[in-house]
Amino acid sequence: MDVTMNAIEVSDFVKSYGATTAVSGVSLMVKSGELFGLIGPDGAGKTTLMRTICTLILPDKGTLFVKGLDVTRRIAEIRSQLGYMPQRFSLYQDLSIEQNLRFFADLFQVPAVAREQRLQQLYQFSRLAPFKDRRAAALSGGMKQKLALSCALIHTPSVLILDEPTYGVDPVSRQEFWEILHSIQLEGTTILVSTAYMDEADQCDRVALMFRGQLVGLGTPAELKQGYRYPLYKLYGRDLHQLRQFFLDLTQVHTIQLFGDSLHISFKKMPAKQDWQTWQEATAMNLQHWQKQPPSIEDVFLDLMGEPA
Amino acid sequence: MNQRQVSVKTDKLTRRFGKFVAVDQVSIEVYQGEIFGFLGANGAGKTTMIRMLCGLLKPTAGSASVAGFDVYQQSEDIKKRIGYMSQKFSLYEDLTISENLEFYGGIYGLTKQQIAEREQSLFEQVGLMPFIHTLTRDLPLGFKQRLALDCALLHDPPIIFLDEPTSGVDPQARREFWNLLYQTVDQGKTIFVSTHFMEEAEYCHRVTIMQQGRIAALDTPTNLKDNYKKASMQEVFISLVKAEESSR
Repeated sequence: MDVTMNAIEVSDFVKSYGATTAVSGVSLMVKSGELFGLIGPDGAGKTTLMRTICTLILPDKGTLFVKGLDVTRRIAEIRSQLGYMPQRFSLYQDLSIEQNLRFFADLFQVPAVAREQRLQQLYQFSRLAPFKDRRAAALSGGMKQKLALSCALIHTPSVLILDEPTYGVDPVSRQEFWEILHSIQLEGTTILVSTAYMDEADQCDRVALMFRGQLVGLGTPAELKQGYRYPLYKLYGRDLHQLRQFFLDLTQVHTIQLFGDSLHISFKKMPAKQDWQTWQEATAMNLQHWQKQPPSIEDVFLDLMGEPA
Repeated sequence: MNQRQVSVKTDKLTRRFGKFVAVDQVSIEVYQGEIFGFLGANGAGKTTMIRMLCGLLKPTAGSASVAGFDVYQQSEDIKKRIGYMSQKFSLYEDLTISENLEFYGGIYGLTKQQIAEREQSLFEQVGLMPFIHTLTRDLPLGFKQRLALDCALLHDPPIIFLDEPTSGVDPQARREFWNLLYQTVDQGKTIFVSTHFMEEAEYCHRVTIMQQGRIAALDTPTNLKDNYKKASMQEVFISLVKAEESSR
């Protein structure tokens, strides 16, 4: 097989449910071995795109290939190479960790010898071995997610699709989950993962920003941040509300957002030193400090969601 | 700023479940007009802490007052003075906005007249008027949140507890929602936000990170990031947890 081949290719994908258009014309490619993120709020179309890639639903328009195989025709072949972890916890609550893993190994017809080896590997990275006899229902949120991930990996798929695996998981377990994904990636697995947590974009090699069924941005997290067009500043002052009111009226201001202890302002053009002085005087020194603020993926998203590509 | 009124105060507040100490001598002061963030891993004690502050769970030791009422003696008074909103669970999807408000108003013991008045002012303030007869499930997520907040504010409570209020919404809707929260605290209310979502933490005036029943850190987001020399709250959080693990 050509190693440079894209693991997933999506062209002009459209899918509607009745009158609701879930995805309207998305094209993207995921390279072999890449950790690729679909980033977007609820209702962006992430799940629809993933389920179509997984051959679970058919596209209305467009073409989708997994490892060069058409998702509308080569369903069985694709499924044998693909691991899918749906958004909802879908394991058997009254089976233990080990029973769930063995059940999925049976489903995917993992041969007996390979199975024992795989189980050990999966226990090693998930660190679930000490709990293997515990019922799935009695696991914490983070452990459930690790078990679901392990089940999706039991047949050693070359492409792994994860739908919001870190949703509702606490920050520590979430960080651990991402570390596991990085180690799976090192084994050569291609990973497509979705999240509504914008800050998780930084964990991915490349990301697609999705909003209301469309792609609004695509690139590495660094590229996307570099593409942010407005000088962004963080401002501190005695009275942030007053300060916000003052800047709201300035024509140079592009966006303004109050945070707990500061004000984030993006300007249409870089403010000059003189401008800051003027503003300090005009606010009777209410404006105390300011510093350049590197844009986050959330800032980028906010900017791009206004104008779908 | 020094004259600010204390809205919630705990002193060595403790809750044990058998041998397990869920909340371990926590002392905090939260001021009126403040948005106070509660962070922590699962099992860190956040939920136990919040249940005690809502008057739903008696502490084992220590003291706490909420809106001037004692959590041991006056839990019923406390319940009437707090609002609660969880983004995912608090609304009935097959009721209209108006019906949800009537339902919650009824539960909080408001008269029909009061409900109508509150409804009117909330709708004008929040801009829900065009959706008044829309079923809740057909509302955009951003509006659902606003409605959920409205329901939590119906009985005009001085203290509001929010559970991960803006996960899953787009950044624009999130920012609008937080602007609403800032307006709400400017009217003299106090807001507690419990979240796993570090971007939400950045919007709080102060945040506390709980760990194993104790306060591991408490400060403004900026100070926390400066003190731990980290770029984000997520990194602050992870470094705190790692430090705790290595000291064990």
